[in-house]
Amino acid sequence: MPTLYIDDKPHTVGDGLNLLEACLSLGFNVPYFCWHPALGSVGACRQCAVKSFQNEQDKRGRIVMACMTAASEGTRISLDDPEVKSFRAGVIEWLMTSHPHDCPVCDEGGECHLQDMTVMCGHNYRDYRFPKRTHRNQNLGPFINHEMNRCIQCYRCVRYYRDYAGGRDFDAQGSNSRVYFGRHQDGALESEFSGNLVEVCPTGVFTDKTQKSHYTRRWDLQTAPSICVHCGAGCNITPGERYGTLRRIRNRYNGEVNGYFLCDRGRYGYEFVNGGHRARVAMRRAEPGSLVPTAKPLALPRIGSLLAGGARCIGIGSPRASLESNYALRKLVGAENFFAGVTAAHQSLTELTVHLLERGPAQTPSMREMAQADAVLVLGEDLTNTAPRIALALRQSVLNAPMKAAASMGIPDWNDGALRVVLQDQKGPFFIAAPDATRLDDIATETFRAAPDDIARLGFSVAHLLDPKAPEVPGLDENTRQLADRIAKTLAAAERPLVVSGPSLGSASVLSAAAAVANALSTETRRAGLSLTAPECNTLGAGLLGGGTLEEAERALSEGGAELVIILENDLYRRADHVFVDKLLGAAKQVILIDHTLNRTASHADYFLPAATFAEGDGTLVNSEGRGQRCIQVFMPTGDVQESWRWLRDLGAAAGKWPQTEWENIDVIVADIAAAFPMLKGVRDAAPLASFRIAGFKIPRQSHRYSGRTAMRAKMDVSEPGIPTDPDSPLTFSMEGFAGPAPASLASFFWAPGWNSVQSINKFQEEIGGALMGGDPGVRLIAPELEPGRAEYPGAIPEAFAPRPGKWMVVPMYHIHGSDEMSMLSAAVAERAPAPHIALSPEDAQLLGLGEGEMAELNIDGEILVLQVAVHAALPKGVAGLPAGLPGMEPVEIPAWGAVARRVGS
Amino acid sequence: MLTTETKNEILAELAHSETNRMACIESLKIAQRQSGWVSDEELCEVAQLLGLTPDEVDGVATFYNLIRRRPVGRHVILLCASVSCWVMGYAALRAGLAQTLGVEPGQTTPDGRFTVLENQCLGACDHAPVLMIDNDLYRDVDAEKLGDILARYA
Amino acid sequence: MAEFNQQSDPDKRPLTAKVQPDGRPLSLKDCEKAGGYRAVRAMLGGMSPGDVTQRVKDSGLRGRGGAGFPTGSKWSFVPMGDNAPRPKYLVVNADEMEPGTFKDRLLLESDPHQLVEGVIIAAYAIQADIAYIFLRGEYVLAEERLKTALAELRAAGLVGKNILGSGCSLEVHLHTSAGRYICGEETALINALEGRRANPRSKPPFPQVCGLRGKPTIVNNVETLCNLPHILNNGADWFKGLSLTPNGGTKIYGASGKVRRPGLWELPMGTPAREILEEYAGGMRDGMKLRAIIPGGASTDFLLESQLDVPMDFDTVAQAGSRMGTGTMIVLDDQTCPVGMVHNLMRFFAHESCGWCTPCREGLPWVEKILAAMERGEGQPGDLEQLARHVTALGMGLTYCALAPGAMEPLGSGLKLFRDDFERHIRDKRCPWS
Ligand SMILES: Cc1cc2nc3c(=O)[nH]c(=O)nc-3n(C[C@H](O)[C@H](O)[C@H](O)COP(=O)(O)O)c2cc1C
Ligand code: SF4
Ligand code: FES
Repeated sequence: MPTLYIDDKPHTVGDGLNLLEACLSLGFNVPYFCWHPALGSVGACRQCAVKSFQNEQDKRGRIVMACMTAASEGTRISLDDPEVKSFRAGVIEWLMTSHPHDCPVCDEGGECHLQDMTVMCGHNYRDYRFPKRTHRNQNLGPFINHEMNRCIQCYRCVRYYRDYAGGRDFDAQGSNSRVYFGRHQDGALESEFSGNLVEVCPTGVFTDKTQKSHYTRRWDLQTAPSICVHCGAGCNITPGERYGTLRRIRNRYNGEVNGYFLCDRGRYGYEFVNGGHRARVAMRRAEPGSLVPTAKPLALPRIGSLLAGGARCIGIGSPRASLESNYALRKLVGAENFFAGVTAAHQSLTELTVHLLERGPAQTPSMREMAQADAVLVLGEDLTNTAPRIALALRQSVLNAPMKAAASMGIPDWNDGALRVVLQDQKGPFFIAAPDATRLDDIATETFRAAPDDIARLGFSVAHLLDPKAPEVPGLDENTRQLADRIAKTLAAAERPLVVSGPSLGSASVLSAAAAVANALSTETRRAGLSLTAPECNTLGAGLLGGGTLEEAERALSEGGAELVIILENDLYRRADHVFVDKLLGAAKQVILIDHTLNRTASHADYFLPAATFAEGDGTLVNSEGRGQRCIQVFMPTGDVQESWRWLRDLGAAAGKWPQTEWENIDVIVADIAAAFPMLKGVRDAAPLASFRIAGFKIPRQSHRYSGRTAMRAKMDVSEPGIPTDPDSPLTFSMEGFAGPAPASLASFFWAPGWNSVQSINKFQEEIGGALMGGDPGVRLIAPELEPGRAEYPGAIPEAFAPRPGKWMVVPMYHIHGSDEMSMLSAAVAERAPAPHIALSPEDAQLLGLGEGEMAELNIDGEILVLQVAVHAALPKGVAGLPAGLPGMEPVEIPAWGAVARRVGS
Repeated sequence: MLTTETKNEILAELAHSETNRMACIESLKIAQRQSGWVSDEELCEVAQLLGLTPDEVDGVATFYNLIRRRPVGRHVILLCASVSCWVMGYAALRAGLAQTLGVEPGQTTPDGRFTVLENQCLGACDHAPVLMIDNDLYRDVDAEKLGDILARYA
Repeated sequence: MAEFNQQSDPDKRPLTAKVQPDGRPLSLKDCEKAGGYRAVRAMLGGMSPGDVTQRVKDSGLRGRGGAGFPTGSKWSFVPMGDNAPRPKYLVVNADEMEPGTFKDRLLLESDPHQLVEGVIIAAYAIQADIAYIFLRGEYVLAEERLKTALAELRAAGLVGKNILGSGCSLEVHLHTSAGRYICGEETALINALEGRRANPRSKPPFPQVCGLRGKPTIVNNVETLCNLPHILNNGADWFKGLSLTPNGGTKIYGASGKVRRPGLWELPMGTPAREILEEYAGGMRDGMKLRAIIPGGASTDFLLESQLDVPMDFDTVAQAGSRMGTGTMIVLDDQTCPVGMVHNLMRFFAHESCGWCTPCREGLPWVEKILAAMERGEGQPGDLEQLARHVTALGMGLTYCALAPGAMEPLGSGLKLFRDDFERHIRDKRCPWS
């Protein structure tokens, strides 16, 4: 813990920091541009200059760049020295020579780091009197708006896009004062993480194109801490609303989870909240297929009497609904009548996931821990498409092993420029076994392309090589054995090995094999990480609650005498083929659907109760790490919309199952959950209680500059309405409340005086880039004991994959843009989605006489899909890929054998 | 479009280069020899041969002075604009070129015969002013000599 | 082909001894007859790499690329021995893009073998496996001649695998640049060799330890390397004895501008500038007076006529407030506008900024525009203060590399020495020379 002297006062700081990080961590305001906590230092912008003195006697000093200088014991610097202050003001002045000063029309205005730094440096009059250089802008696709004239050439964008996120379709172009940041030609950015440019760029070059279509200034947004609902990774987000419309999603820093970055699905998938598919009032069926609005006070007693009538009622929950809502449904219908809302195949994978993670001894890591792994094995997942943010974390892990070598040369980990020179193309060990090429292949030491069973066999054989107690794989071919040997040796030599897998291939063997490797790696001194992805935002939460399968639900209706079904936030037509779902719904006398979006299932509902989206209500989600995290309501919905758990509470009350006063707020239902499920005890700590106050005040959701409060409703009513009450959180729908910085887990936005941009997060971290003050939000629910030698190796080793003549093993393929139900309702995301297709290996395509783009027929158990052919060079022979979850594609239960043929007549 | 010969030349360059990346500049120069500049299409072809993206190759191409991303005439005149030549009569030479060819630096004659470009110090300062036409260096050039020199280039 | 003054005794001018009247290089055979590759043969016959480095250290040879860093001690940072990272690289900086500099061209064009012999020696000293000659793209004649020389050498077994049966191998590659001044900066040069944008790199790590492809790399200037065969042949003391000052060796000096006989001369290190200009360059053209010189390429401070007695070497010129730099002087006469000259230089530097760091990328174009405005008669009060502010703010350590600080040398000194001229431009709203 070195001591620094800053303007002659001693300060103690953390080890291994540079002066910029040290000063910012101490709360000093030091301006900077090119440095970014996740990207490190390169010393390009020269904005962070400080005066450095050799010793107490040295009065002249020397200007150094804080970001490029180690904060070592006894360092003496001045931030206030007039010479260095004038240099810093000069840097701003230079950056401003060509800046258009178009803040009033710039989307970044009001949350612009360049504005903040300009004010911080005190530069306010321009001496430059010559023409500014100008640039042409590019069309970068549906997510990002490009306005190059605002660029200050800090190089963050290229460093983020290329070095950090691995994108290669964007680079610095040109030289001298005409450096340009863009693509070779116009076109959508290919990276799945392009949206982060919006936050990485310190000014308005890259801005959110979706927000542009309903633009609102940051200070006019109403915001609250929330969680992304588009996959199981559980990234923290800050959604912003105005006039009842969700305007955008911003990353919300969580040191353990997503850090500074989101994926594009998470950032741009929000528009389902605003979309035309919403229903905001209760509805009932008038005639088949048509729902008509009905008054809530009429609907509730009607459904209540149905429920009270004695007929058996079952509930179908959902992995995309909150823990509270699933629990409420389970409570309403009874555990024996509760079904998890997915097919047996999916439910068994979820159960297996939960079991493997709980059992240990391998431990489920956070994304921060994943980024710190020094050897990684990915088994069966195309992570960029199934758990995108995890892929971005893992991309960083390959730097860890070579970074050790750099450290031995005296290169600190923050010195990115030097590190890249030392590291060159060196990458730490990273193995990927998947049926097709993945977007992480570029960092892979080796890839293994095979059918799911062979992937599992590879995993099991690695486990066996690591621990002879793990079963041996019979009949393994020599190549696979040698690969397994290399993987086993590499993982065994690592300090922080990590195995990542998941259910996306629909293979229990793959999951078991991954756990076997991680368990075999865990010893007294080293605990391996085991990360299993979860397809939906609350897959794990719903999994922990248990419940029957959809098939069982169908039987309960058609054979078990159940007459009513309550479906919770679930479009069953995405879960199973329409014949089955028709049968299920047809068997029910009454279908009650609680959901926020009118989907295909809704057209079969007798009653439709409009649920709150994540932005309109409170709920807890459990991510794939097993971390319980709270979505706090961002804005008051209109109409009858309320959380599903509140609808279920109302239904229970209407049916006379409990008093009207049941679950008066979320804390009560959470306490119930904790009591009913010991595993979920921890969820009480997912967020502070609603009764939390600071100095008696609630925490505002609106900034103190929130404008138009008295005017925005004036066309309806000139008197200002009262502030809606929020029983569930300590936040208020107002700009009034506690004026100081709120605890990080409750701060609805991060702001500090002089820091209006996303970089204000500096002021809320214990140390720059570290945990949020008071701890990162969320609570880890799964923490297996480490009992060395206890490793178990469940799961049977499958037979080697044997291609069948005329048949293909059809495996699901996930698409970041395409496979997720809700994000596909955002036009921008839909634009990036692939068309329905079947992926074939070049050999198989040739065998079938099918070329790229030609039409083929896929027959799986009599289910026939007509699809375009996509030739995938990496696919092994005998394996075909089918996009998962694409709208317009009938869900089929895969992996399964299917027959492919040229479409007749084409 | 790159000709087969050009492509083969690039492939030969790759064959004795330590990495493909290291052959990037040389490959662009080879491609440029074909028509004096590198078109978008050719740049993409170079990128493909190197296993780089067009964005990466363009980042390199646009960084360097001698890679041209816009069409040039049949002959390129590099007029030294640096200090010794400036002292010794660059302005007169530039004016001479403008008078004879009717173009300023950066422009191409309407008949596509010459493109005039300013260049940094050509390293022949003891014989300033100098210019280079294609690969030929001309020293101690003055406006009078210009006619003769230019006549050598069809 | 640069002409060359060959009056003096060939023993006193080792670097140019083999330069032929027509400027054509000797063939390998003739070159060897004239003593070429004797040093390499002797070295491979009995000197250890450490011996070579020691001899170069003893000779006091300092880098001729401009900065004057002691060559032997630069080499000694390279990790040696069996555990050293491999491959190691020797890179020849033949990028010569400093305005007013044309000395390396002479050495490259007229005696490529001398350079390659130096390359083999330096590579041996640091046990490099691969050498790159990074040549200016516009030096097409040098390219051709180097290619011929390398082909001869490969055929003769003097480069390539197992040189002369010594067990040492050295691949020599020729890279021709696509042109940018910043490529002369050694770390930018390394990026260019790697096929990247030539932005300078962060130091540390220094290239000696972590350079090309992350491996130990020495970058030396052409003239530096050309001295090596002679140092090996004749010894350190002989080398020191060539010089008039403690800086050692000879130096290829040059002069351009309105002198009678612009050109290059190999003279004892420390020859006074006045002697070079009056005796070798023949003084000023008729009717012209010398006002000042820029002693060593565009990025050095002006020296006034009254300062010309300064011996031209690294240490003494520095004491006079400038730098010897490349030793090729640019002469400012009394009929040329100093503001215009500084403007021309700033235009060069602004254009050649790589665009990486703010002060250089944004500061130099601003400076250039102010000077252009002055030349157009649009100078304004305050412009000189703005220029002076830039001289300070683009100083060493404030920018990422030495390009912008180098640019500030002629600007800063020009502002001081020609203050009146600058002020007149603003006052009279025109350039007095136009
Ligand atoms: C902007 C800049 C341009 C340079 N240009 C050259 C050059 O063209 N040739 C050269 O030999 N050194 C040049 N140098 C110096 C080199 O960086 C390096 O110091 C030199 O090549 C080392 O060789 P030496 O030790 O033999 O002098 C330049 C330096 C800077 C900062
Ligand atoms: S575009 Fe933005 S991030 Fe990129 S260099 Fe410019 S200001 Fe920096
Ligand atoms: S933040 Fe330190 S130089 Fe840019």
